[in-house]
Amino acid sequence: MFDEKNQASLAGALKKWSEAVDQKVSKRPERRPEFINTSGIPIKRLYTPLDNPEENHADDLGFPGEYPYTRGVQPTMYRGRFWTMRQYAGFASAEESNKRYRFLLGQGQTGLSVAFDLPTQIGYDSDNEIAIGEVGKVGVAIDSLADVETLFKGIPLDKVSTSMTINAPAAILLAMYIVVAEKQGASPQQLKGTIQNDILKEYSSRGTYIYPPKPSMRIITDIFSYCAEHVPLWNTISISGYHIREAGSTAVQEIAFTLANGIAYVDAALKAGLDVDKFGPRLSFFFNAHLDFLEEVAKYRAARKLWAHIMKERFGAKNPKSMMIRFHTQTAGCTLTAQQPKNNIVRVAYQALSAVLGGTQSLHTNSMDEALSLPSEESVQIALKTQQMIAYETGVTDTVDPLAGSYYVEALTREIYDRAYAYIKKIDEMGGAAAAIEQGYVQREIQDSAYAYQREIEKDERIVVGLNRFHIEEERPKNLLRVDPAVRNQQIERLTKLKGERNDESVKNALAALDRGARGEDNLMPLILEAVRSYSTLGEICDVLRGVFGEYQAINTLG
Amino acid sequence: MGNKKKKIRVLAAKPGLDGHDRGIKVVALALMNSGMEVVYTGLRQTPTQIVESAIQEDVDVIAMSILSGAHDYLFPKVMELLKAKGVTDMLVLGGGIIPDEDIPPLKEAGIAEVFGPGTVTTDIISYIQTHAPGL
Repeated sequence: MFDEKNQASLAGALKKWSEAVDQKVSKRPERRPEFINTSGIPIKRLYTPLDNPEENHADDLGFPGEYPYTRGVQPTMYRGRFWTMRQYAGFASAEESNKRYRFLLGQGQTGLSVAFDLPTQIGYDSDNEIAIGEVGKVGVAIDSLADVETLFKGIPLDKVSTSMTINAPAAILLAMYIVVAEKQGASPQQLKGTIQNDILKEYSSRGTYIYPPKPSMRIITDIFSYCAEHVPLWNTISISGYHIREAGSTAVQEIAFTLANGIAYVDAALKAGLDVDKFGPRLSFFFNAHLDFLEEVAKYRAARKLWAHIMKERFGAKNPKSMMIRFHTQTAGCTLTAQQPKNNIVRVAYQALSAVLGGTQSLHTNSMDEALSLPSEESVQIALKTQQMIAYETGVTDTVDPLAGSYYVEALTREIYDRAYAYIKKIDEMGGAAAAIEQGYVQREIQDSAYAYQREIEKDERIVVGLNRFHIEEERPKNLLRVDPAVRNQQIERLTKLKGERNDESVKNALAALDRGARGEDNLMPLILEAVRSYSTLGEICDVLRGVFGEYQAINTLG
Repeated sequence: MGNKKKKIRVLAAKPGLDGHDRGIKVVALALMNSGMEVVYTGLRQTPTQIVESAIQEDVDVIAMSILSGAHDYLFPKVMELLKAKGVTDMLVLGGGIIPDEDIPPLKEAGIAEVFGPGTVTTDIISYIQTHAPGL
């Protein structure tokens, strides 16, 4: 493609050009003495074919739908069909959420994405004292199977796919979903959807953990193994870099820490005796679309290549589907400004475009007002329309991986790959992701990056339009969306009623069986299903497991 | 040491259940680097735990952060418990995603100042340096 003679002549010409430009720059300097991106990668003035000297098309890139999937996991990508436009939403109560989901399905949407409130995510019932002030605030409150019955009333669970952002109690919510489906007459074999179920990033970045790492990993592998047999179409985990990035990591760290967590899950599953090609294809991923447009595009491409290498070379996967990183993307909430919130529409559009040029399988676009409150209906609509404009109007979807071959994008893809790989090697040496998190290494790396980023903004080395430059006088938006505090009382009433009506004996038996199972080695899923069927509450089930497993004590990484 | 002035002690606290600790950690690091002593509570602290830590650590300032929307209950609760313990001289600050219209009632409850998204850490530092008790 690019022979030695050409290379030498280009190198000569480039040298001459660079010297001439350097001369000019010495008189009239560039904007900065050096250009370095958020990952600490120095950016050159110019990239040429010389930056990709060992470029081997087949090994580095391959064709779309072929190993190592750098150019995409499907052969036709968006020429075949667009990514799934999946907006994350949850309303305070199961009734309200149900109404919203039925409306969305009526509009032709086929995928649901459920946000849960924090007490649900941490395994507390709504009547727990610790839940005061939080019930229904950031999503729907779920206390028992009865709430999930209401949540999906009239929605055919054999027809829709449902994504649930739930981690520590993921097994319980999945069990509730399975039981509701059964009551509708659907078989678990038909059910499609995703549970986030990624506990490692909860310890390092998101904070909704319950139990320590070891029993948490056991619950996760129990889910893998149960679903491989009974719920084969379910994505049993969404290994998430999104929250790692939101917590302040760089792009390289996002990829490195996410894939290191992925390695830990695969290791745990193999240790539990599972076949890599049975659960490998059900692993899905979740990334962040941040501000540095080309770095983000390169990041997704590097992640695909790196995971393909890991699955094939490290774990000996044979099934191509095990090697493909399928991922959801969400635009970066942390980049939204409370100042001049309409500017966020534009930020989100660029970020979403980077995710599409990076080959995402599904996408959530943030709403402009999310630095102020929960999003209003109007801003949610603009966010969704942004995706529709990228899909239908920009033309970037008409060919596969259109930025491939850019000297810069290819060089950056390789640089991100190499730097992420170096992190993964370091984490391996520390004993893997769980050990690195327990030692506080990952948290420290992230918080140092977050602090450095903030310092750059405060020293005006990083410009945020409308924040540290280009101010305008503006009136602050009013009438932001608020959650009715009465939700907690309604939820407590329902809970009291439920406890009066259910069969106490079967609750007691199911919870006792779960306790015994947790102390032994049996798969916990069937026991959790029984507990759920008896209308044991989420809090009761989590309390049993807390009793056996204990609670995670976070390490203090400050000071 | 020549500098005899007592260092300002700050309790950086996360009341409520949300796990968004990027902001509080960045603020805590900035306060430390400005010479203050900072104790960080970690996530999911109840108002009772925060008040107990503040008294035990003998801090001058409590800086709390919430992003889930539970500030309207939890911030005033902390003030109420402080008062019940007879603590009236601590400077209590709030931060996170707090709608404008919530700020007056929080101030009425005794929260001295609320710092929202986009705040620069130097503003928080100088606020504390001018308002911390006993200076």
